[in-house]
Amino acid sequence: MSISIKSINKTFGNYAALENISLEVPNGSLTALLGPSGSGKTTLLRIVAGLEFSDPGEGRILFHGEDVSETPAGKRGVGFVFQHYALFRHMTIAENIAFGLSVLPRSLRPAKAEIHARISELLKLVKLEGLDKRRPHELSGGQRQRVALARALAIQPKVLLLDEPFGALDAQVRKSLRRWLRVFHDEIGLTTLFVTHDQEEALELADQVVVMRNARIEQVGKPQEIYDHPRSPFVYEFLGNVNKLSASNGSHRYIRPHEIEIAFAAEYNPETDRLAKIDHLFSAGPVATLSVRLDDGQFLEVEISRKQLDELALDPGDEVSIRIMDSSKSGV
Amino acid sequence: MAKRRVIPGFGLSMGFSITYLSLIILIPLAALFIKAAGLGWAEWWNLLTTPRVIAATKLTFGASAAAASVSMVMGLLVTWVLVRYDFPGRRLLDAMVDLPFALPTAVAGITLTQIYAPNGWIGQYISQCASWIQTNYQPGGWLGGQVEDLAAKGAAYSPIGVFIALTFIGFPFVVRTLQPVMEDLGAEIEEAAATLGANRWIVFRRVILPLLVPALITGFTLAFARAIGEYGSVIFISGNLPMKTEILPLLIVAQLEQFKYEAAAVIASAMLLVSFALLFLINLLQRRLDWQHR
Ligand SMILES: Nc1ncnc2c1ncn2[C@@H]1O[C@H](COP(=O)(O)OP(=O)(O)O)[C@@H](O)[C@H]1O
Ligand SMILES: [Mg+2]
Repeated sequence: MSISIKSINKTFGNYAALENISLEVPNGSLTALLGPSGSGKTTLLRIVAGLEFSDPGEGRILFHGEDVSETPAGKRGVGFVFQHYALFRHMTIAENIAFGLSVLPRSLRPAKAEIHARISELLKLVKLEGLDKRRPHELSGGQRQRVALARALAIQPKVLLLDEPFGALDAQVRKSLRRWLRVFHDEIGLTTLFVTHDQEEALELADQVVVMRNARIEQVGKPQEIYDHPRSPFVYEFLGNVNKLSASNGSHRYIRPHEIEIAFAAEYNPETDRLAKIDHLFSAGPVATLSVRLDDGQFLEVEISRKQLDELALDPGDEVSIRIMDSSKSGV
Repeated sequence: MAKRRVIPGFGLSMGFSITYLSLIILIPLAALFIKAAGLGWAEWWNLLTTPRVIAATKLTFGASAAAASVSMVMGLLVTWVLVRYDFPGRRLLDAMVDLPFALPTAVAGITLTQIYAPNGWIGQYISQCASWIQTNYQPGGWLGGQVEDLAAKGAAYSPIGVFIALTFIGFPFVVRTLQPVMEDLGAEIEEAAATLGANRWIVFRRVILPLLVPALITGFTLAFARAIGEYGSVIFISGNLPMKTEILPLLIVAQLEQFKYEAAAVIASAMLLVSFALLFLINLLQRRLDWQHR
């Protein structure tokens, strides 16, 4: 089910948290709301869920063309996963997951046996078989996250909304859970909107990335599109490590560390290259990071493969020739 | 080999705690029981089964339980308003909750008596209301007696007066135990329940209330324990009629005034034992209802 967000404004007191936000989330897509903290991502997600309402006016939320702007959260059919899970700590895992079904009016409520079957199915789906009798405080962060997900899915929502789903997890769990979510999404095909402030997460996971900044949408597109063609310096800088290189006429350009080639000073070609001195070397992984100082005193960060570094056999203080590849972007 | 503990100083702190508890609680209580032991079992039994003691016991524990129950319900309501809403005068109301703690109980007793006496601010209406019920419905039995009392004497000088005084002094315990727990609940679990389709009533009954139950019971227990031992505020409003509005603490004082020290000690000891048994039972119940211990 697609989500259409049309001209949403939201103010808290006189602080504008969202300004004229319009966005299409295609049916079955996995869309990321990416932006720094305070940019309004959570507020937008909550408005889509019906936990918050946009300022009175033209703002509309449509699910599959149907206006749900006035529909309360409980009737929108959204699965919402909170940043800190918000599990019911006095209930078992099974009771947590069954909650949405158990509060249905009697006429719509599935039979006990069917609820049981659904719980087992969901526990299997989120890989938590056998934990149904535990309580939330007995689970790890990653497990709680998946319980929250199973609980949200139990009501068979039309859309899934996740607020910083991996925010509170450590790096290892975060990565594996991220991959798992991608596979999981492809399996169930549920339209999913998730919030993150981590560009790597958004780029790796999403079909569509929405970059937000200061209550506005800065850019929308496929991860590759956004990474290769950032529309503003903000997006450029936010999407990853970037060098800002100033020219003598006051303009500047942005260059990603991997868009710089490095060679021996002997191969220097004044037409295309610049001379630089290696200032610092960091080579603990498969990718080596060099910090070089240009002839005009500016510093650049350069990424090359470990293999190339070994071939060049560079040391701090060595003079090198660098070439900036064409794909990099001239700045604004 | 002794088990190694993460937090050092267990021996020292345990020793200190036991010594302190002994000094503050156990030694005075032991003295009381020793005094009571001056009388034999038969005398104990005779003393404790006199109709006057039985009536006072029923009134003390009955009115205390009723008052603590009402405090629990009303305390929940007031705490809800204090925690969940922001309105002008909220801080004032918050501070007012503690007044029964601070007021000398005798002052509370005298004030309550004046208010609830048949010509008092509230008492006159209660009295009129009871008269009306009497003439129109003529209830009989126990209820009839209560209504007749109310008509004649307002809410003062009756078991209902005792109940009112005990409600007054027990109420802050419930609010003050509930308040921090309710403040810590946070909006997210309610929102989670709402997105899952629960209406407000279900959210309250199945999500909020269960999380408050341990604190509610603690508040009830404190209010109940305080009410059992309450003396100052009750003696003014109750009228102290033996067999009718006499509470156990007053009965004990009455014994002392007649220099019957052993009798006073016996009643006090028995009262303590019953209180302890009740508090212990409530504690067990709380553990069963408390999700943290399941
Ligand atoms: N209930 C609220 N009352 C007042 N201000 C709020 C409220 N919710 C959010 N804000 C403000 O709106 C801005 C956007 O918040 P939020 O949507 O949570 O940002 P993000 O999720 O991108 O970090 C923040 O400056 C925040 O302080
Ligand atoms: Mg947020």
